[in-house]
Amino acid sequence: MDGDINATAPGTTPPDTDPARKRRVHGMLKLYYGLNEEGKTVDQAESMDPCDINGPHFDPEVYLNKLRRECSLGELMDQETCMVKQIRSLDSDMQTLVYENYNKFISATDTIRKMKNDFKKMEDEMDCLSTNMASITDFSARISGTLQDQHAQITKLSGVHTLLRKLQFLFELPARLNKCLELQAYAQAVSSHRRARCVLQQYSHMPSFRGIQDDCHAIMDKLAQELRQKFRDGGSSAKDLSECVELLLQLDEPAEELCDKFLSHAQSRLEADLLGLEAELRPPLSYGPTAVTDPYTGPAHRLSVEPTAGSPTGPSSLNNPFLSPSSRTDILEFIDRGCNEFVSSLCLVIASYQELFVNRPQEGELASKNIPQMAIGKLHAFVDALATRYFSLVERRIQEEKSVGDNSLLVRALDRFHRRLQAVAKLLPGSAVPSQGTEIVVRAARERIKQYLAALQSFYLNSLTDVRQALAAPRLGGSSAGVGSHLGGPATGKEAPASLPELLSTLSASILNQIKSVLASVHLFTAKDITFSNKPYFKGDFCSHGVRESLVVNFIKFVCQSSRQFCESAGDRGGSTPPALLLLLSRLCLDYETSTITYILTLTDEQFLVQHHSPVTAVTALCGEAREAAQKLLNHYVKVQGLIISQMLRKSVETRDWVNTIEPRNVRAVMKRVVEDTTSIDVQVGLLYEEGVRKAHSSDSSKRTFSVYSSSRQQTRYAPSYTPSAPMDTNLLSNIHKLFSERVEIFSPVEFNKVSVLTGIIKISLKTFLECVRLRTFGRYGLQQIQVDCHYLQMYLWRFVSDENLVHFLLDEIVGSTAHRCLDPAPMEQSVIEVICERGATCIPVFLPLTVPPASLSSCP
Amino acid sequence: MEDDAPVIYGLEFQARALTSQTAESDAIRFLVGTQSLKFDNQIHIIDFDDENNIISKSVLQHQAGEIWHISASPADKAVLTTCYNKTSESRVVTCGAVWRMPPEWESGSHESPDDPHNSHNPQNLELLCHLDNSSHGNASCVLWEPMGDGKHVISLADNHALLWDLTESSTQATISSSATLEGKGQLKFTAGKWSPHHNCTQLATANDTAIRGWDLRTMSQIYCIENAHGQLVRDLDFNPNKQYYLASCGDDCKVKFWDVRNINEPVKTLEEHSHWVWSVRFNHSHDQLVLTGSSDSRVILSNMVSISSEPFGHLVDDDDLSDGEDNHQDEKTQEPLQDSIISTYEEHEDSVYAVEWSSADPWLFASLSYDGRLVINRVPRALKYHILL
Repeated sequence: MDGDINATAPGTTPPDTDPARKRRVHGMLKLYYGLNEEGKTVDQAESMDPCDINGPHFDPEVYLNKLRRECSLGELMDQETCMVKQIRSLDSDMQTLVYENYNKFISATDTIRKMKNDFKKMEDEMDCLSTNMASITDFSARISGTLQDQHAQITKLSGVHTLLRKLQFLFELPARLNKCLELQAYAQAVSSHRRARCVLQQYSHMPSFRGIQDDCHAIMDKLAQELRQKFRDGGSSAKDLSECVELLLQLDEPAEELCDKFLSHAQSRLEADLLGLEAELRPPLSYGPTAVTDPYTGPAHRLSVEPTAGSPTGPSSLNNPFLSPSSRTDILEFIDRGCNEFVSSLCLVIASYQELFVNRPQEGELASKNIPQMAIGKLHAFVDALATRYFSLVERRIQEEKSVGDNSLLVRALDRFHRRLQAVAKLLPGSAVPSQGTEIVVRAARERIKQYLAALQSFYLNSLTDVRQALAAPRLGGSSAGVGSHLGGPATGKEAPASLPELLSTLSASILNQIKSVLASVHLFTAKDITFSNKPYFKGDFCSHGVRESLVVNFIKFVCQSSRQFCESAGDRGGSTPPALLLLLSRLCLDYETSTITYILTLTDEQFLVQHHSPVTAVTALCGEAREAAQKLLNHYVKVQGLIISQMLRKSVETRDWVNTIEPRNVRAVMKRVVEDTTSIDVQVGLLYEEGVRKAHSSDSSKRTFSVYSSSRQQTRYAPSYTPSAPMDTNLLSNIHKLFSERVEIFSPVEFNKVSVLTGIIKISLKTFLECVRLRTFGRYGLQQIQVDCHYLQMYLWRFVSDENLVHFLLDEIVGSTAHRCLDPAPMEQSVIEVICERGATCIPVFLPLTVPPASLSSCP
Repeated sequence: MEDDAPVIYGLEFQARALTSQTAESDAIRFLVGTQSLKFDNQIHIIDFDDENNIISKSVLQHQAGEIWHISASPADKAVLTTCYNKTSESRVVTCGAVWRMPPEWESGSHESPDDPHNSHNPQNLELLCHLDNSSHGNASCVLWEPMGDGKHVISLADNHALLWDLTESSTQATISSSATLEGKGQLKFTAGKWSPHHNCTQLATANDTAIRGWDLRTMSQIYCIENAHGQLVRDLDFNPNKQYYLASCGDDCKVKFWDVRNINEPVKTLEEHSHWVWSVRFNHSHDQLVLTGSSDSRVILSNMVSISSEPFGHLVDDDDLSDGEDNHQDEKTQEPLQDSIISTYEEHEDSVYAVEWSSADPWLFASLSYDGRLVINRVPRALKYHILL
């Protein structure tokens, strides 16, 4: 049939796919049988068209009219043949369906007939079965009726049996309990007793039972006694103990009392541990690596931190065996012992206590007593009390840890201490113990920083003392080996005395090294593997406030401050500080200002990753302070050196009788000394400071002639017209000079260079000279002597100063003032002065030929 | 302010000695002694007319020698003492003498200093008596008994302190007692001051770096501040209102204030000068005003409120001010009572060896530099009113 449709359809309808056509066929069949529920919507959509040949509203008239109107004759013919074909195929389809259905109907009829026969046979069998069942029921009822009596008897018998057994248990109970007691099977005894207890209680009105009960009570009392005894003895292990407690609890002992007893028992044992620890603290033996110095390394090494501190080669373990074999344990051992003995048994106690009293399944009347809360409260109090004692011991021990040598040992000890306390924290969540422990660690760290600061400071002061000794050591032949080794410098073995730059470099290098090593050891506190390093204090405050501020910044401030003190204390009371030290320190402070401070702080910030939460001291502020100190030191140096030269000059002026002196033949020795000293100061300063700028000077400054008083004596007046026209006695030139020149500041701050320093010193000296001269009266030769002296100074001093005019001016003033103070002012010929001075130049040991200009050398015979 | 400008007077000789005329309380008058080895020395009497800002002067001849120290009698305006250098047989000796000014100088017309005729016929001082100390060495200064009757003077000569009684209207001087400083080396008093407190029974002297106090009744030392200054002590002055307070100055460029009951530490130290400080003076009425002169050619006026006798100012006056002038009071309370430098005077071009307050006007002072320049200055008005109000 399919084939038929296929063959006939192609002309009119587009070639359809198979399933679609099938559906259409089914749809039509359904429609036929009235089952059109499925295709309803589709049909409805189509149904509106009266021209749809398959739709329900098909109107043949309309359809025909439409065809006739729309199609040509050919098409109508085609349409007709197609229609005929379709009708034909539909007819054959219908025939096939009818045939199929008929066959099915036939087979169904056969089956029904067969079933009818089978059912009839089954009905008979069912009837037979029901009769049988009725007879069985009957029999069974009869049997149970006969057996009922016997069954009741048996039940009664078995009841009696159990009762008897119970009674037997009861009667045997005292004996059994006794036996248990003998065998120390306390647990068994208690459980037996518990089983019997209520029964005995119930029947206690009967005499026999009363007897048993009393017996049992006596025995149980004895047992409880024994248990308590055992509990009290304390010799037993923790496990035994807990067993005891459990049994006693079962025996209705009051839990509170038990808690107390348990804790007091534990306390006695923990206290023994604490006493052991305390015993270690007690003997304050005089010991310590600080007191001993290795003969080979010198005192400077006392601070040095072993890179592998904590290893067996650490200084304490190295020194101790030789010193005091009975010497105490180090802090790590101490803490170890504390942890292993005290903390671990404390943990054990806490754990078993919690097991016994807090976490036990609550049963019966015990539950109502609210034991866990009470027990926890007691435990906290107990732990707190003991921990406080433990902490105080630990703190005492930590405080004794004064030697700053092996920080790693301390850090490791603290770490262990802290780590072990975490166990307590886990066991006892609400306890304050771990936080207290952390606090101790924090305090120890703080204390440590203080100690390091003190150590740095004392190191610095020791270094200064060393430098001082090196400076004081005789310049000639004095071996500076000691100094070099003290400072760890390279000068060991050298015969030449350590020069200033060497001293400076060794000093600053050793201080820097010291700071670095201290930083390294402090850094241990923040190492990754240390448990407390991630506490907030060690992350923030310790780094910024502790290390940076309290340690590094404070040390730098200390350096500046102690330097300043040199200026103040030594200033008035006879300058105990050697000037060279002042100079050296000044340079040190200046170096700090330019580079070292920045370097140190950067180093610190990098090492400790300091995050500045709180405001910290700025680098610039520190640099400012250092610079101020450097300036102050240098000023003071100038003052001190100026003073030394001034004193020479003053004595030389004050002690001489200038009226009755002889005609000058020579430069006075004092002047030579002044020039010599100035030269050596020049050398000294030149070692540490740069040359500095000076004004260009004339080609032959040493040859400059003095415009001495005689040439300037003119009857003119400098002052405004209100002075009367009396004989003029004032030095015109000097006054004019003053009018046009800058005011000379005598004790003024100097710059950080050689020329400025020397200018300062020379200014001070010459001004003193001037003031002293003004207080004296001179004769003719006195004036001439001063002239000679001044010319001599003129020859040598100009080269040290920044502005030679300053020297000229001051020397002019001196000579001018002398002339004023002269009874018989007859100045010496300039040429004579020059001759005397040049002769003088040859007499003094030629100091540093380099500084003498060729002109004056060539003039020497 | 116009009248705050300094008034300058120039002497033709170099000069170190300056004093105010102590007994004169009406006119502002200073005495200056000159130093000249070649010409006759003079004493210039300088009167300052405060209202017209005019200086007038008289010159008296002091032919005995160059004047190193001058001081006026507190009782008699016309009497004064000088220490002067005398050269004889190529020896220089310093002597002390009491002089009387001739009576005419005052009655004589105060001619303008520009008048050239005035200086041609100067009058001579009348010698009353020599403080004959040839056996005691060179006199460094002569001190009158403060507020006394002009009958007692002390002269410091080398290492001796000599107390003189002047009798017969000061024409005779006799040593009533003396004290001698014993010690190693050549000791020499450089400066001294007679304390106005304790009934004028105390004297303070300076030698080298030490300051010593003396009891004049027994002529014995009562205290000694060793190393008071790093170097030489140049001058001393007593606080006129606080009996134990003493100021000193010296070659270490410092001015120090001492409480002589505790001599271990100075109460206060000023370090403002850049060279030796030669002179220090308390204001006679308002002792917070301290004047110092130095060889750095500067005069510095300091306000040492914290150690003065009026450390809190006039508290009483605050009440008077509070009801009307709130602004004014605010300013007053805001101003901290701190020691400060009031002013630095730079009119001098040579070392200033002497400064002195006027005895008549407490707001006026004079300073003298070596080149003979005398400068008269006033305390700044703002400060003056601040102190007074």
